[in-house]
Amino acid sequence: MSRVMIFKRFERFWHWFQALLIFSLLITGFEIHGSYSLLGFGDATRLHTIAAWSLIVLWLFAIFWHITTGEWRQYVPTRDGLFAVMHYYLIGTFTGAEHPYRKTSKAKHNPLQRLAYLFFKLIISPIIWVSGLLYLFYSDWPAMLAGALNLETVALVHTAAAFAMLVFIIAHVYMTTMGHTLTSHIKPMVTGYEDLDEPAGKS
Amino acid sequence: MIRLITTRPCRIPVMSFLGALLLLTGGPGTAAIERSPATADHSKFESLKGPFDTASDVTSACLECHTEAAGQIKETTHWTWLYKHAETGQTLGKNQVINSFCGMAVTNEPRCTSCHVGYGWKDMRQPPPEVDSAVDCLVCHDTTGGYKKFPTLAGDPTYIPREWPKGSGNMVQPPDLPDIARNVGATGRANCGSCHFYGGGGDGVKHGDLDSSLVSPETSLDVHMSPDGADFSCSDCHTTWGHSVSGSRYQVNAKDTLGIDTPGHTDLSRASCESCHGDQPHNKTKLNDHVDKLACQTCHVPAFARGGVPTKMWWDWSTAGKLDENKKPITTYDEAGHVSYLSEKGDFRHGENVVPYYAWFDGTVEYTMVDEQFDIDNPPLEINRLDGEPGDPASRIWPFKQMRGKQPFDTEYKTLLATHVFGADDSSLWSNYDWPKALQFASEKSGLPFSGNFDFIETRMYWPITHMVPTADQALRCSSCHSEKSRLAGIGGIYMPGHSSNAWLNRIGWLVVALTLAGVVIHALARVLFRRRKQS
Repeated sequence: MSRVMIFKRFERFWHWFQALLIFSLLITGFEIHGSYSLLGFGDATRLHTIAAWSLIVLWLFAIFWHITTGEWRQYVPTRDGLFAVMHYYLIGTFTGAEHPYRKTSKAKHNPLQRLAYLFFKLIISPIIWVSGLLYLFYSDWPAMLAGALNLETVALVHTAAAFAMLVFIIAHVYMTTMGHTLTSHIKPMVTGYEDLDEPAGKS
Repeated sequence: MIRLITTRPCRIPVMSFLGALLLLTGGPGTAAIERSPATADHSKFESLKGPFDTASDVTSACLECHTEAAGQIKETTHWTWLYKHAETGQTLGKNQVINSFCGMAVTNEPRCTSCHVGYGWKDMRQPPPEVDSAVDCLVCHDTTGGYKKFPTLAGDPTYIPREWPKGSGNMVQPPDLPDIARNVGATGRANCGSCHFYGGGGDGVKHGDLDSSLVSPETSLDVHMSPDGADFSCSDCHTTWGHSVSGSRYQVNAKDTLGIDTPGHTDLSRASCESCHGDQPHNKTKLNDHVDKLACQTCHVPAFARGGVPTKMWWDWSTAGKLDENKKPITTYDEAGHVSYLSEKGDFRHGENVVPYYAWFDGTVEYTMVDEQFDIDNPPLEINRLDGEPGDPASRIWPFKQMRGKQPFDTEYKTLLATHVFGADDSSLWSNYDWPKALQFASEKSGLPFSGNFDFIETRMYWPITHMVPTADQALRCSSCHSEKSRLAGIGGIYMPGHSSNAWLNRIGWLVVALTLAGVVIHALARVLFRRRKQS
């Protein structure tokens, strides 16, 4: 066992800032949608727009970071061990079995995580991003687009993606409590370090 | 300026107060902002020294110098009361259309023609008198506040002391014509208001956004007309061209795409918000994104009748004519102190701070012509119809006063009936409370057919709301529309975030969220349970 830097400084900043922005966006977004009244529509819209632009900028940096560091490889999906992990969460965790996946700094996400995060990054996020920009710039749509699309559809897609985001967050937050202790998965995302079965300094 | 056209004594304290206020502030012409000085001092003109027997004699004196003025006036709708509508082809005007107040002007001269911009139009079947001196210069150009067209003299002021309203004991004195003539000037709010604030028979009755509170409003009532604001006179927006005044509710400019009117580039008529504010008036982009679909007034006139003067919202003529045990007419008042019943006029409902009715509108209003047939099986009848629809780029959502009520209707001919309410004859409704007699007389006098069979039918009429724009901080909040209880609920053709949403998306979305939460909770409980079992 050795203490290994598993989430680098930018990655942690990206994660927590993104978390803050996504929570802001969910809270203001569902108010804009009309689910409840909290800040008032005007303020909710302003905050939602500011948070959205911030998230877009953050994503641009994150994409750049993933490409330049090669970290994108962490999200390449694999079937190898996927069912073992699913079996663990459904049954093994109750019977006291060990988690079947051994994380390393080169492969820090188990196959189920890879799939979930990939879905988040390649499906939910782009849909929210594109539909949100269409929503924001509704009044500036070129005539061709305005003829083919309407605001109602854009709002429908955007909101559906927001529901998917909310479901992801609920599951994601819950899964973080499933380490050896309740907080052992959360700690590395704060400090960056985790005790792994790999020689120190290898990363 | 007529401050005394009022139907009930209860208004008189209000009127007197406003009158006194006017005197204190100097009446029309007192402007906080500097205006260009005139090139003529009318007090120096020999011909305006008087004495004048009639107001018409003053007009003759005016025309000695202003040689073209009478001819110009006679070309305007203020004189002809006729309007050829370019879009609908209808010939409109006060002697062509029916409204839901006193019905129509015809057969009610000289009461209605007391607001004609002339003298002596006693029979609307004939055009107005032809002589140039029949034009009334003073009603628009008096700056003293002392000139009043008497309510029952077909446009003339009174030349002897007369009691008004009848039985009130209030004596209206003849105007000091030489003094008024020597003090003529540019039109002010009170000049236009002397007629336009009192349409429908009393202060604020008809329009809802035009009443005597606009003579000297706070900025919170009207930022443009307030002496503490821009102190505009009506003509600052309703610009004139040879005495012809721009801006018409018969043909509204529902979407001014010309934007700011610049000399040499546009027509210089300023009777639209965009004429001064342009079509991108807000600092916030998202607000500007609204201007293609919403009239400025929709957000910037949050409610009408806000100046303390109520406007009539409901007028049921069918109950008119009830008398008390002494055969005397009855007057009752509602909790707010507004008249709720008059034997002469039936039941009323008045409104203050009224939230407008909203509709898509392209500026064209189709009016009910006096001989138009209706489908009487589907009341209420729409007395005027607003053109415009969601997909039409020329249409925007506009605020309106929706006037409702019941009025007489010929059950055989299926037409609305001319109503002879005013007149010294023995047939008018207000002299003997006999509907059949009044309707018969109206038919004979107007030439409009009446079968003898009539009933009262519910009607609706729409009045565009455009005045009473307060300071911007009083404009509607986003949530006024973007909320469950949206002001624009049911308007159609727009997706309003916060109000519109797909019910199925909500059901499925929240169900999936709930299932996820349930799954998480069950999984967590199971973990706790199995851990305990293992420990034991």
